[in-house]
Amino acid sequence: MFESLSLLSLQQYWWLIVSLLGALFVFLMFVQGGETLFFNIAKNEEEKSLLVNTLGRKWEFTFTTLVTFGGAFFASFPLFYSTSFGGAYWVWFAILISFVIQAVSYEFRKKPANFLGAKTYEIFLLLNGVLGPLLVGTAVGTFFNGAMFSLDDMKHVTWGTPFRGLEAVLIFHNLALGLAVLFLSRILGLLYFMNSIDNAAIYERSKKHLLYNTVPFLVFFLYFVIALLFKDGFAYQSETGVISVEAYKYLHNLLAIPLNTIMLLVGVVAVLWGIGSTLLKGGTKGIWFAGAGTVLTVWALLILAAFNHTSFYPSIFEMQSSLTIENASSSKFTLVAMSYVSLFVPFVLGYIWYAWKSINNKKISTEELKHEHHVY
Amino acid sequence: MIEGLDLALVNWSRAQFALTAMYHWIFVPLTLGLGIIIAIMETLYVKTGNTEWKRITKFWMTMFGINFAIGVATGIILEFEFGTNWSNYSWFVGDIFGAPLAIEGILAFFMESTFIAVMFFGWNKVSKGFHLTSTWLTAIGANISALWILVANGWMQKPVGMVFNPETARMEMTSFWEVLFSPMAVNKFLHTTSSAFVLAAIFVIGVSAWFILKGRDIVFARKSIVVSSIFGFLAIIYTIFTGDSSARDIATDQPMKFAAFEGLYNGSEGAGLVALGFMSTSETDPSNENLKDFAMKIEIPNILSYMAFMDWDAFVPGINDLVRGNEKYGIMSATEKINRGKLAIEKLKAYKEAKKSGQTVQADSLKTEIMSPDFQKNYFSYFGYGYIANTDDIVPSVPLSFYSFHIMVVLGLYFVFFFLMALYYTIKGKIHKKRAFLRVAIWTIPLAYLASQAGWIVAEVGRQPWVIQDLMPTMAAVTKISAGAVQVTFWLFAIIFTTLLIAEIKIMMRQIKIGPKSEGGAN
Ligand code: HDD
Ligand code: HEM
Ligand code: HEM
Repeated sequence: MFESLSLLSLQQYWWLIVSLLGALFVFLMFVQGGETLFFNIAKNEEEKSLLVNTLGRKWEFTFTTLVTFGGAFFASFPLFYSTSFGGAYWVWFAILISFVIQAVSYEFRKKPANFLGAKTYEIFLLLNGVLGPLLVGTAVGTFFNGAMFSLDDMKHVTWGTPFRGLEAVLIFHNLALGLAVLFLSRILGLLYFMNSIDNAAIYERSKKHLLYNTVPFLVFFLYFVIALLFKDGFAYQSETGVISVEAYKYLHNLLAIPLNTIMLLVGVVAVLWGIGSTLLKGGTKGIWFAGAGTVLTVWALLILAAFNHTSFYPSIFEMQSSLTIENASSSKFTLVAMSYVSLFVPFVLGYIWYAWKSINNKKISTEELKHEHHVY
Repeated sequence: MIEGLDLALVNWSRAQFALTAMYHWIFVPLTLGLGIIIAIMETLYVKTGNTEWKRITKFWMTMFGINFAIGVATGIILEFEFGTNWSNYSWFVGDIFGAPLAIEGILAFFMESTFIAVMFFGWNKVSKGFHLTSTWLTAIGANISALWILVANGWMQKPVGMVFNPETARMEMTSFWEVLFSPMAVNKFLHTTSSAFVLAAIFVIGVSAWFILKGRDIVFARKSIVVSSIFGFLAIIYTIFTGDSSARDIATDQPMKFAAFEGLYNGSEGAGLVALGFMSTSETDPSNENLKDFAMKIEIPNILSYMAFMDWDAFVPGINDLVRGNEKYGIMSATEKINRGKLAIEKLKAYKEAKKSGQTVQADSLKTEIMSPDFQKNYFSYFGYGYIANTDDIVPSVPLSFYSFHIMVVLGLYFVFFFLMALYYTIKGKIHKKRAFLRVAIWTIPLAYLASQAGWIVAEVGRQPWVIQDLMPTMAAVTKISAGAVQVTFWLFAIIFTTLLIAEIKIMMRQIKIGPKSEGGAN
């Protein structure tokens, strides 16, 4: 069935999948956002325990989504994998190391004889919480603003600066996205606490912090989007693959793919609704709106970055090296084979949903933790 | 393509990969094996309703959780290292190699991480049946993840199911099933997972032995030993069986690795097996420091020929035959291979030139020639040799391969007796009296880790200088970056992983001291 699709359709299909995984990952970074809030929200050990355990039951999903995102990107657009990871060496390692120290922290923090002490593991979580979303957001910014690489005949990457990707923070537009993602992840973390913890004090404090985080989020996010509409983009010609600068490229893309634009708008409205309704009316359902809205918004932004003959990873060092979904993808054979594998995805989502529901039917509380065998 | 190559860069990149992979491999085998052992224990609990089994399950599950977290932490680095440190490699083979990594994420890691949550947090929330299913699915998910990564590794050892496309300058997949069912990959999967079961079984027996020595939790310890010695015994038999088939695959597909780990310099008909030996420290061949011969060896005649080719008198090529060639047995010399590889590279360059200067007709005809089965088989399959400067460079480190292999095999044979004795003493009900054996059991734990690491050294060091056998030398795979940068990340990982390992060991020891919790209440 996939064999009959054109190569371009397969490339687009895989971009849709990879960016959906990316969008889910951004939503799931509510775990990271939550990790930055222990010291603000919890006033004593018991409350901190509640927060840590609430997140501790979910961190694996965020982590696994990141891993799967990496694997899927490798399989479908290997040239991005080799160019960006090999090139922007320091950024990616900084992101990865922040996830390495996270992975052990939940399990080790409260265990006796844990060598580094509970406090250190809490700092690890804080580092992961700040660096993860900030750097991931900044790195995604380079999808729009470009990076400093060039490729030779054999597609070997050379990087234009010795900072190996860290220079991305010098472009404020990238950094604005990073900060927007950081505050968004904190917002999602707060909404998640409000939804899943049975504790009035935590609820109230979360609500207060929700407001504090929404303001900077809106500032950075709106700056990012508005600047995006006015900025030049990198277009490519389908037949020749030649890259050129096009003014208002992303604005053009918005007009050219109305379905995606609608998705973007719905996404943004849903995020704002999730936040606004919680602030004004209270309740615990905010996370569902804000979460779904995050997925739609990020998905739409990533589609905007690559569809309609746009280079999704432009080079501002040597323009003709820029990556597009057409020149960076796997062979047709591999994309077809992988497309069959992608049919499992709904099934995977199904069992994740089922398993979550079966262990999440009760809110988490101090009382519940007392009866647990496995406590973080 | 690799002009201006920086040897320090290649070596630091190799060191970093070796470091991180070996750290990952400290934790992975325990996850693979303990997952299954826990699932068996929980099955016994559900079947018998005996809460002692539930208590046992929960104790080992705590061990599993501690180990799992750090296994995951080390794994993520490996995945992205293909991009960060082996970026040329990632493009060259990404079309084939990326697929298993993606499938691993979609089919295995999610399964593992979803059901592990039910396994840990579902005791009071889901039915017994659902919980048991989740425990099994966690264990199966872990083993499926091993399948896919080992398929990827098997393909590096013996590339199959692909064609080289000059236009994109990379290997492209032509048959998914050939990649998946390559005998190299299948044997690798079976041998690696069964060896992981062996390691986990030894871990459980060793820890249980400690409880018995302390005179604590005797019932718990004995039950744990019974389960894991049966499981471990079956697993070690299977490990030896599949290790033997792996060796046979290697004898045909990677003869240089085979010669290296057998320490065979000069091939012969009816070759003997060096059962024990010490490499000489003096050099036999001054031009190549790898070529050291034995100072002392015990050799069993004809065995090697039989093991490799099922024929007592078959010719087994030695390192010298593979380097210099051996006409009598139709073995091509390294020089000839290098020439063919160079020719393949020339053709590729000519194609690129033609393409650049717009000579489409010539470019197309070159492309057709390069992609023809004849060229692929007779020339392209030696592509990587085109980068080899010196014929001796195709020889891996013989001492490291030889010793690692023999350590693994000797320990493998020892484990057979170990499991049999553990089983015998527990069934006879006198294990608590065999204090010497119990002490040995504790000391066998590090030996299991040693055997397991040694196995990977055989596999990975033995295939040097290739990252993809015959197609891509390690030095051509590396990302162009300053050696200093890689050095920094190397030390960062060395420090982070070592710190975490110390923490893990301390936490585990403490949890073992605390011991199994009493299982209060009903069910
Ligand atoms: C407890 C661990 C353990 C034990 C007792 C053994 N092995 Fe092993 N062996 C491994 C653990 C292992 C491993 C770590 O799983 C390796 C590394 C790569 C691989 O495929 O499996 C391996 C690799 C490996 C290789 C190289 C595979 C390659 O290069 O692709 C060979 C030829 C053997 N083994 C053969 C044996 C034989 C004949 C054994 C007989 C006793 C044996 N192994 C016991
Ligand atoms: C977890 C078990 C593994 C261990 C302990 C291990 C060990 C090693 C070691 C010791 C080296 C260094 C060899 C040298 O440079 O002399 C190495 C290199 C390497 N291994 Fe593995 N390996 C493992 C699994 C894998 C797997 C599953 C893959 C691929 C799917 C792989 C891919 C590589 C690559 C790309 C290199 C670097 C290039 C090279 O040196 O050839 N390894 N590994
Ligand atoms: C060099 C190649 C390897 C790479 C790139 C790699 C990658 C990874 C990654 C990314 C994870 C974290 C997954 C998660 O989020 O849950 C992981 C964990 C795991 N890997 Fe590896 N891995 C390699 C070698 C191996 C080998 C050789 C095996 C088994 C034979 C293996 C088996 C596992 C298992 C069972 C886990 C689960 C967690 C644990 O270790 O406790 N991996 N690996």
